[in-house]
Amino acid sequence: MISISNLQFHYPSGDFRLVVPDLTIGDGETVAFVGPSGSGKTTLLNLIAGIIPPGKGSVTTAGSAIQIMSDRARRAFRIKNIGLVFQEFELLEYLSVLDNVLLPYRISPALELTGAVRERAEALVEEVGMGDLLNRYPERLSQGERQRVAVCRAVLPQPGLILADEPTGNLDPANKDKVLDILFRFASSQRSTLVAVTHDHDLLDRFDRAIDFKTYQSTADVAA
Amino acid sequence: MNGSLYLAWRYLVYHRLKTAVLLVSITVILFVPVGLRVLVDQSSQQLTRRAIATPLVIGARGSALELVLNTLYFGTDDPDPVPYAEAIRIDTSGLALAIPMHTRFSSQDHAIVGTSLEYFTFRGLQIVDGRPLATLGECVVGARAAQSMGVAVGDFVISSPESVFDIAGVYPLRMKVVGVLAFADSPDDDAVFVDLKTSWIIQGLGHGHQDLARPEASAGVLRRDSTGITANASVEQYNEITADNLESFHFHGDLGGNPVSAVIAVPLDQRSSALLQGRYQADDERMQIVRPSTVMDQLLGTILTVQQFVTAGAALLGLATVATAGLVFWLSLRLRRREMMTVFKIGAARHTIGTLMASEVVGVLVLGLVLAGVLTVVTSRFAGVVARYLVRM
Repeated sequence: MISISNLQFHYPSGDFRLVVPDLTIGDGETVAFVGPSGSGKTTLLNLIAGIIPPGKGSVTTAGSAIQIMSDRARRAFRIKNIGLVFQEFELLEYLSVLDNVLLPYRISPALELTGAVRERAEALVEEVGMGDLLNRYPERLSQGERQRVAVCRAVLPQPGLILADEPTGNLDPANKDKVLDILFRFASSQRSTLVAVTHDHDLLDRFDRAIDFKTYQSTADVAA
Repeated sequence: MNGSLYLAWRYLVYHRLKTAVLLVSITVILFVPVGLRVLVDQSSQQLTRRAIATPLVIGARGSALELVLNTLYFGTDDPDPVPYAEAIRIDTSGLALAIPMHTRFSSQDHAIVGTSLEYFTFRGLQIVDGRPLATLGECVVGARAAQSMGVAVGDFVISSPESVFDIAGVYPLRMKVVGVLAFADSPDDDAVFVDLKTSWIIQGLGHGHQDLARPEASAGVLRRDSTGITANASVEQYNEITADNLESFHFHGDLGGNPVSAVIAVPLDQRSSALLQGRYQADDERMQIVRPSTVMDQLLGTILTVQQFVTAGAALLGLATVATAGLVFWLSLRLRRREMMTVFKIGAARHTIGTLMASEVVGVLVLGLVLAGVLTVVTSRFAGVVARYLVRM
């Protein structure tokens, strides 16, 4: 569960200010953040993930209060509990598909890379239809394939929360659906909460709820 | 493998061309001054050791360095000869033991050294297989020469003709190998030793042919009169000295007039050494006497100066390389900023990000250091070979 209360945040430079009086997202819920550019969707995603610490107020993710954690603790918490999907995929060019999926296990002592993890990674890649591309490098993948790899990377540690920042922003319609299908399927099978930033209103009916940052109001439980 | 080291390794492998260029640059810049130093030091030791062990060398006036290099290392530049009589003169003076050296000829790139038996005692050379030289036409080969030519006791070595186009020139002599020397880690290992007279036979100053007084050799007689028998061009000359034809080999004229490349003089004592050196000081003297250690010191002084220039040049080049490599690393780090941000967002530990950022620099430096070390060790092992090769060039 994500629980935000009296959150106030502003960047040291600039006029931007985000105020979230109260927001709760339940376990296993799928929520879309919509709204114009600069309205604070990505900032809130980063606050929930602990990438940036909140200025005032509290952010509780999976029962842990982000605002009282040290930087080191936030990193360890993030890698174990939160899967991140980026608009630009952010795959490492010098790693193969399999190594990119295994990346979280290579960059933190909080996760242990075992044979079972490796097998699960291969199975995930197989599941997204890229089983024969395990050793291929990102430069030789299509945009859709890259995002599928990024999704596999995010869900491999079986996080309770998946945060996706415009995961379909760079994809054509066919790949958009494919990637969202995968994302929802994994979130559902792992009973993970899914929060995604999107500009695409056509996708909103796939989420349990959409939060419009323009008015900062919960518009509807669209899928409920 | 540790996760961050694995990522570092993958990064270097993926950017293999850039890594290779950086690696080669850093390896070369680390290796050149150190390797050169090792090479010069070891070569100096080897050159000095043999020079110190050779008290005095007498040869024709000219380049003292050429004379010493030829006498000690059997270099390919043959100095002007001196008459063998000079060796006899030194010997009979009672001031020094004279060891004649005739190094003009070769066999398959191995110097044929015509000398006396005293040379083997003087250099402390041991025969590991066979026996010492006993008669004309025999040879004893150094350890490396035997290996390289693939010969053993009982085999034959043929002297190389000086010029294949010179029909009046020296004909090859087939010599029987009667002994192989133990490895001495010196230029003697690469040489083929023969008796001085054998070297003169190679030069054509002595020869063996059919006995023209015998009836079966009549076809080779040009003129027969009261003063003697003159052979024509069809007379059969021997190109191998055997027990059957040994008696027919002979020299025309005074042996004292035959050439030697140099004479090694081993004085009995300090006083004898001084007296002997004094004999060659006259302005009109056509020969020179040199102390090899002094000549080598001068050569090494020159080499050291050159080494200092090369090292200074390498240092300048090194600075430029380090600056360029630094720029490449810096640009690379800037290009990897986004990658660092990604792994930070995912939750990488701080030290992992540090390792990733430093991986390229440290990886290349460490690999460069290792490669430079390996090259230095290889240089150290083969410094002697390089020194010998340079001296013989």
